[in-house]
Amino acid sequence: MKSFANGALSNSEAQKKLYYDMLLIRRFEERSGQLYGMGLIGGFCHLYIGQEAVVVGMQANVTANDQIITAYRDHGHMLAAGMESRGVMAELTGREGGYSRGKGGSMHMFSAEKKFYGGHGIVGAQVPLGTGLAFANKYRGNDGVTLTYFGDGAANQGQVYESFNMAQLWKLPVVYVIENNQYAMGTSINRASAQSDFSKRGASFAIPGVQVDGMDVEAVQKAGAEAVAYCRKGNGPMILEMKTYRYRGHSMSDPAKYRTREEVDDVREKRDPIDHFGSKLVQRGVCSEEDLKAMDTDIRAIVTDAAEFATTSPEPDMAELYTDILA
Amino acid sequence: MPTQILMPALSPTMEEGKLAKWLVKEGDIVKSGQVLAEIETDKATMEFEAVDEGRIGKLLVAAGSENVKVNEPIAVLLADGEDASAANVKAAPKAAAPVATPAASSSAPAAPVFEAAADPDLPAGTEMVMTTVREALRDAMAEEMRRDGDVFLMGEEVAQYQGAYKISQGLLDEFGDKRVIDTPITEHGFAGLAVGAAFDGLKPIVEFMTWNFAMQAMDQIVNSAAKTRYMSGGQMAAPMVFRGPNGAAARVGAQHSQDYSAWYASIPGVKVIAPYFAADAKGLLKAAIRDPNPIIFLENEICYGRSFPVPKLDDFVLPIGKARIVRQGKDVTMVSYSIAVGMAIEAAERLAAEGIDAEIIDLRTLRPLDMDTVLASVKKTNRLVTVEQCWPVCSVGTEICQRVALEAFDYLDAPPTKVTGKDVPMPYAANLEKAALPTVDEVVAAVKAVCYRD
Repeated sequence: MKSFANGALSNSEAQKKLYYDMLLIRRFEERSGQLYGMGLIGGFCHLYIGQEAVVVGMQANVTANDQIITAYRDHGHMLAAGMESRGVMAELTGREGGYSRGKGGSMHMFSAEKKFYGGHGIVGAQVPLGTGLAFANKYRGNDGVTLTYFGDGAANQGQVYESFNMAQLWKLPVVYVIENNQYAMGTSINRASAQSDFSKRGASFAIPGVQVDGMDVEAVQKAGAEAVAYCRKGNGPMILEMKTYRYRGHSMSDPAKYRTREEVDDVREKRDPIDHFGSKLVQRGVCSEEDLKAMDTDIRAIVTDAAEFATTSPEPDMAELYTDILA
Repeated sequence: MPTQILMPALSPTMEEGKLAKWLVKEGDIVKSGQVLAEIETDKATMEFEAVDEGRIGKLLVAAGSENVKVNEPIAVLLADGEDASAANVKAAPKAAAPVATPAASSSAPAAPVFEAAADPDLPAGTEMVMTTVREALRDAMAEEMRRDGDVFLMGEEVAQYQGAYKISQGLLDEFGDKRVIDTPITEHGFAGLAVGAAFDGLKPIVEFMTWNFAMQAMDQIVNSAAKTRYMSGGQMAAPMVFRGPNGAAARVGAQHSQDYSAWYASIPGVKVIAPYFAADAKGLLKAAIRDPNPIIFLENEICYGRSFPVPKLDDFVLPIGKARIVRQGKDVTMVSYSIAVGMAIEAAERLAAEGIDAEIIDLRTLRPLDMDTVLASVKKTNRLVTVEQCWPVCSVGTEICQRVALEAFDYLDAPPTKVTGKDVPMPYAANLEKAALPTVDEVVAAVKAVCYRD
């Protein structure tokens, strides 16, 4: 595995922000799981716990012109894209204050302002869509790059390869970020993927691919910076395979019997992206244990406020049933 | 025996063509595989190769002849030892005079002889120009692409090939390969790519070579294009057009002959347009391209070559969602769309001869349905027959009949009745295919039934 985690970032504030952003996702997701257990969030709810370094490291490289699109495990992506935790949480609870005014839910959320294009519930469907966003950038002649996230499960969808082909054919500025968390719902990559080195999945289209330690936020950021620069220069698409892990089940209703408790605990203990990066920050003297705790306190307050908002915001007006179907 | 060389059919829908150029002359020895002539179909200029070997005894049809029927003898081939006198076969040499017999069957490329009622909104004195549906569609795209740089066309063979059905003829030359884009044969992928571009505000026109192939792209049409405005609380959407030929072509079998009107008409979040006349094709396609919603634009291959009057206006745009009364009548309402409108018109002419005065409504848009126009007509005529090529179960006609039964029950003098395609996959055999499609006879019979006439 190629690792980019050789040197610390020069800017200590940027390092603290990476930590903060990951921890915000962690705490947000923990609270989402709790609200789900209380029956306040319905349907499917896919938590991002364990994978925080991927989206935080990648989004550290984008500008206001760049777009982001992903699948249904999307809460972390929305927070990393700068969307408000209140609006995201209120969408999870199906309330008026949600980003889609309660009509999208956990899997289908968008922000035109933050260029977050969803939030898509069909495995793999976001890949042609993200490729199309990149097409729009090229068509308009701007320098925007699209970050298109998908999982190891989606990586076996035919439309992914249709997209790879067109993206390379037309040199579209899109970074395909494959979040390999080892399991497509309950099926491990070894049982579903003939080629489990996902960085090679673009080989037949000559799309360069790199494997990255997706549990190391700095490695992700460095790889992401190179990929975004590569795409922005007009070289065409690039693939980053993020080796990561999700701690929770596929969704809240998944008992995760397909793997052992020990396997999960082992990753948590040895590779947890937040704990390890926190330790590094303390070792480097970027901040103290107390600073990290203070961040956690702040974040918990934000998440508590979001949960309060999401549970007190009213349900959408009944008139909403028939709005936003056509313009 | 001399061999007759016959005018070949060079596409599934070709019934006649132009013998553009002979590449051999009388007396030439020809080998099998040698190109004998260039023949223009309604879609392309094709080379016509010899199958049999021999000497050209006589050219029966002059170069430049138009409307040469398929299977008409065009030349005589002599075997060894035969002399030119043997070429004097019964078929008389033909001059370049066009054969202009109006087609009797509804599957013929020529339009039924009928002057469509002019759109009431047209300015008085508007000049009408006979235009094929094919040209009308092309003109609509070209005009909108001139008007708005965000509009682009993508699909299989739309650029260099000039369109599999020549709908995009000339667009590459005018707009270049940035805006007229040949795609790989990956419907799922390029449909999704276009939806993504539309999310960003571009206005793609996606051509499906036929709607049959759009089934590969169904998820992106239904789940991505149609639902995003709703799921995003109105923050983003797909302002775009998916278009291409829908319904049966001719002799292409079950997988290439189906009508998706009812499928798409059942999906909230899209508008569905299915025009018949060239003017509607143009005015509604222009409206579709400007519309901020995803539009399903269902064309019909058989109708591409039919000519109809189109108003000569700088910017002819029609409203989506408005049906049109094509023929006024008092005895029965026929509601139709797409190619079946031609059948309804033919049926109405026959019924008129028998004293039944039929009103014909061309829906033009299938979603939203213009039920006001349908209901007003049924309340006047008290009888309803829907005419469509779609399968019968859960068809557009089914919806119309149900709505009329519910909303105009007291006005009805007979049960609302449907004429549709048969409830079978499209067979290949010519006789079975004919039987699987609705016929003018069936429309006439259905109208007589609701009028209690035999």
